[in-house]
Amino acid sequence: MTLDLYGFGPALAAGTLMTIKLALSALSLGLVLGLLGALAKTSPYKPLQWLGGTYSTLVRGVPELLWVLLIYFGTVQLMRNLADLLGIESLELNAFAAGTIALGLCFGAYATEVFRGAILAIPRGHREAGQALGLSKPRIFWRLILPQMWRIALPGLGNLFMILMKDTALVSVIGLEEIMRRSQIAVTSSKEPFTFFLVAAFIYLGLTILAMIGLYFLEKRSSRGFIRSAG
Amino acid sequence: MNWEIIIKWLPRLAEGAVLTLELVAFAVIAGLILAIPMGIARASRHWYVRALPYGYIFFFRGTPLLVQLFLVYYGLAQFDAVREGPLWPYLRSPYWCAILTMTLHTAAYIAEILRGAIQAVPPGEIEAARALGMSRAQAMFYIILPRAARIGLPAYSNEVILMLKASSLASTVTLLELTGMARTIIARTYLPVEIFFAAGLFYLAIAFVLVRGFRVLEGWLRVDACQGR
Repeated sequence: MTLDLYGFGPALAAGTLMTIKLALSALSLGLVLGLLGALAKTSPYKPLQWLGGTYSTLVRGVPELLWVLLIYFGTVQLMRNLADLLGIESLELNAFAAGTIALGLCFGAYATEVFRGAILAIPRGHREAGQALGLSKPRIFWRLILPQMWRIALPGLGNLFMILMKDTALVSVIGLEEIMRRSQIAVTSSKEPFTFFLVAAFIYLGLTILAMIGLYFLEKRSSRGFIRSAG
Repeated sequence: MNWEIIIKWLPRLAEGAVLTLELVAFAVIAGLILAIPMGIARASRHWYVRALPYGYIFFFRGTPLLVQLFLVYYGLAQFDAVREGPLWPYLRSPYWCAILTMTLHTAAYIAEILRGAIQAVPPGEIEAARALGMSRAQAMFYIILPRAARIGLPAYSNEVILMLKASSLASTVTLLELTGMARTIIARTYLPVEIFFAAGLFYLAIAFVLVRGFRVLEGWLRVDACQGR
């Protein structure tokens, strides 16, 4: 059996590229949000703790699809007001930006918990040692806590990234031309839905495998110098 | 925020929420039934028994639910054999397609949870059962599975919440569950923020009740006492 893509191969490849771009940009936003959330949740200040907790609970309790839709359709009015304020003709959140924000928001909410666990897993003595050396608080975080956190947080973040990559398919609902959208377009003209959606499924599988391989090497690198417990 | 509009459309959203609950309940129960033999096979010592469920689980966990849903709902119609088959009245309805896909999807995740739980049963307990003269099947049914159910229950409750959120994808195949209903209402009222906000509250409320319910269940099954801590 040969696979006939009716000349949609390049379109699917472009869609794959778009999916990767979206996943990576949502990942960057999500990592920042996750770090901020974890810092807020572990901070000694009650309002900050509350803010971090509310963020992660609220975002995790609502479907990702709803966030995508809410941010895409919900910000139209907001953007119009902003455009009026800035005196610009029209300001619009495109599908890519909306997808990045929505998926980054969701990734960040889960990453908050992962980072929080990692921060708590670092022995208190390390922080105290930093203080004894006269390092400032931000410096302790950047030079002492953060580099050690990665090793602990990486497996959890890796799982989240794979979930994120699959969630990028949701952004096709608001018309971003990623793998799913391109497949749908191909289906309308070829009338072969099973073929194209199966191809899309295998592209996602391929991306998952790639991410798994990348993660394996990252984990190997981040845990160098540590003895793996038998298991 | 236009509260009047939210209150006006609340009954319709509640209708959607009922469909959402129906989909989730169907999927997680049928998925559990499907996952039990798969999880047992996945925990087998023989590679040829493990291989098939592994392939299934890898496919369903490695691809987005949306793709799977489209494969079933739009994809199956490509084959004449399916269109003329006896199951066509079911496979053409978005309701059954959504349930089928969600069941197959969650079964893969639950099987993986179950495998972990079965492998976490202390070997000494299995050996004790065998030493008492239980057959392998008896040990599985009376010792390993009840024990694994308690170990896996917290993870299963997570999976139920994830399925609750995943059920929103059913709106993409025209089903009017919570998200679908919200989108329909928005098409009429042009008030995306209010209506999506209300739908989000529904999801939060359902998730909250589910989490509480599972906590009660964990109390009944004495999950804490079984963790060996």
